[in-house]
Amino acid sequence: MAELPGQIRRMGGGISQLLEQIYGFSRRCLFRVISMGPTPCHIAFIMDGNRRYAKKRGLEDGSGHKAGFSALMSMLQYCYELGIKYVTIYAFSIDNFRRKPEEVESVMDLMLEKIKSLLEKESIVHQYGIRVYFIGNLALLNDQVRAAAEKVMKATAKNSRVVLLICIAYNSTDEIVQAVKKSCINKSDNIEASGNYKHEDRGSDIEGTDMENQEKKIQLVDIEENMQMSVAPNPDILIRSSGETRLSNFLLWQTGNTQLCSPAALWPEIGLRHLLWAILNFQRNHSYLEKRKKQL
Amino acid sequence: MLSLFSVVFTFLALFLIPGLFISRRLNVPLSLTNILRFIKIIASKYDDAEERNEKRGTMGEKQKRGRNIMPKHVAVILDGNRRWAEKRGLGTSEGHEAGARRLMENAKDCFAMGTNTISLFAFSTENWERPEDEVKCLMALFEKYLASDMPYLRSDKIKISVIGNRTKLPESLLGLIEEVEEATKSYEGKNLIIAIDYSGRYDILQACKSLANKVKDGLIQVEDINEKAMEKELLTKCSEFPNPDLLIRTSGEQRISNFFLWQSAYTELYFPTVLWPDFGEAEYLEALTWYQQRQRRFGRRV
Repeated sequence: MAELPGQIRRMGGGISQLLEQIYGFSRRCLFRVISMGPTPCHIAFIMDGNRRYAKKRGLEDGSGHKAGFSALMSMLQYCYELGIKYVTIYAFSIDNFRRKPEEVESVMDLMLEKIKSLLEKESIVHQYGIRVYFIGNLALLNDQVRAAAEKVMKATAKNSRVVLLICIAYNSTDEIVQAVKKSCINKSDNIEASGNYKHEDRGSDIEGTDMENQEKKIQLVDIEENMQMSVAPNPDILIRSSGETRLSNFLLWQTGNTQLCSPAALWPEIGLRHLLWAILNFQRNHSYLEKRKKQL
Repeated sequence: MLSLFSVVFTFLALFLIPGLFISRRLNVPLSLTNILRFIKIIASKYDDAEERNEKRGTMGEKQKRGRNIMPKHVAVILDGNRRWAEKRGLGTSEGHEAGARRLMENAKDCFAMGTNTISLFAFSTENWERPEDEVKCLMALFEKYLASDMPYLRSDKIKISVIGNRTKLPESLLGLIEEVEEATKSYEGKNLIIAIDYSGRYDILQACKSLANKVKDGLIQVEDINEKAMEKELLTKCSEFPNPDLLIRTSGEQRISNFFLWQSAYTELYFPTVLWPDFGEAEYLEALTWYQQRQRRFGRRV
């Protein structure tokens, strides 16, 4: 008689495992159907709404971000199962440093914990062979987080199946300014190296052949290759949770022709159906956008 | 049992399926508010002019309420002219003509409500790929409306700035643009920015080139290049408020299509499904109401 509760518990556990397997199987079938149409190559997420979620549920302040992290893990799993190669997430903006110091510190602690957990054997990184990049002004982070991030980047450098770009201490305007600075420095280095001192020619265009002119003037490719996000193609879809429709200084350069989606769900509430809806919308507009990209 | 089943089935057939179909066509999620809105729109189509004016009379109250949170800079992507013309069986040029007429009316309303700067995405760098007669028609439209609206611009003291790459524009249009800019350059308080042959990336690139030239000439150091320096070099420097607070793209497409990239870092993006020639005062008020309900945090806690 005393074994009965134990048996029921085991049965309950077995049933939930079975249900999970059925759910996973039907999900993979659904993904097979979706991939009959064009699938995006790169999806970007703005993970907005963690604090509102915690308030809604009456939880303490930090737990919204924790719930957000588990939502992130499931979204990553869906994306990689669907065959999307690049996923970018907006983890922490340079503007967010202006929040209350306790909140910034708790978010940093959470991030340190989660970054370290990426290196563990059971983590999603090893499951899917993810290469991780940390994009942003890493000098603004504290030493521990920066060291952990660099360690993860180094450890996953050999993976090539799928890529995860985590934007931390990132602002798109900051990224563009850094790229502009680098282009200026590179160009002036090139000019000095080729021995052409034309600094005295103020106001007039640089004399010389057309080829020389082209090399000395900054081109679009110079800025693009100096952008930190140049390791990935432009995003096809950008999903911002919690219903706000703004970019908040995220991937401004790269999202010129990106499909923008704003489901009203808060980030910890985001689910498979939001992702599927975004992809269906993307498929609807795909042929038109492909034509546009060819024109560019 | 059978009667219950038949009731449920009738309900489904009469309401749910057409509802799903209509919401799919209009790109609007199926919900009670949207159903009510749809019914209201259909009903208002049968209003005559008097009733419509009565309904719009409430604008006065909204104006007073919202004066404090009006956007200083509104940017608009004028999308949907060709689709509007197709729906009515007209040619593309009629669609653009209707769009241009709508443009001036909306600009007048906008300035009347206290906006300082309005930016319009009239012609993008990618639009050169369109058929030649369409491009010619668009250039002719720009010339026509710039010329005919000069007296109004002077009387209302609106400063016009045309931003974009001017190298490919026809001579006559260039001459007219310079004339209009010269005539209105001293006005303050109302700015109309028209983006012709503009692309967000081109804007950032030309700012970068100008900064690089300054570094080369020794006017500034590389370390001085920061966000403020970039803002001063971008083409939107002609306005006091270079960054739009609200960006409206009509016709339901949800992308920025290489319009203001740098400048729309914190812009609220609004995507109504109405096509541009149908975007009038009522739709603009809806956009403003939506904007006033936004909680803008700029990354901080409110």
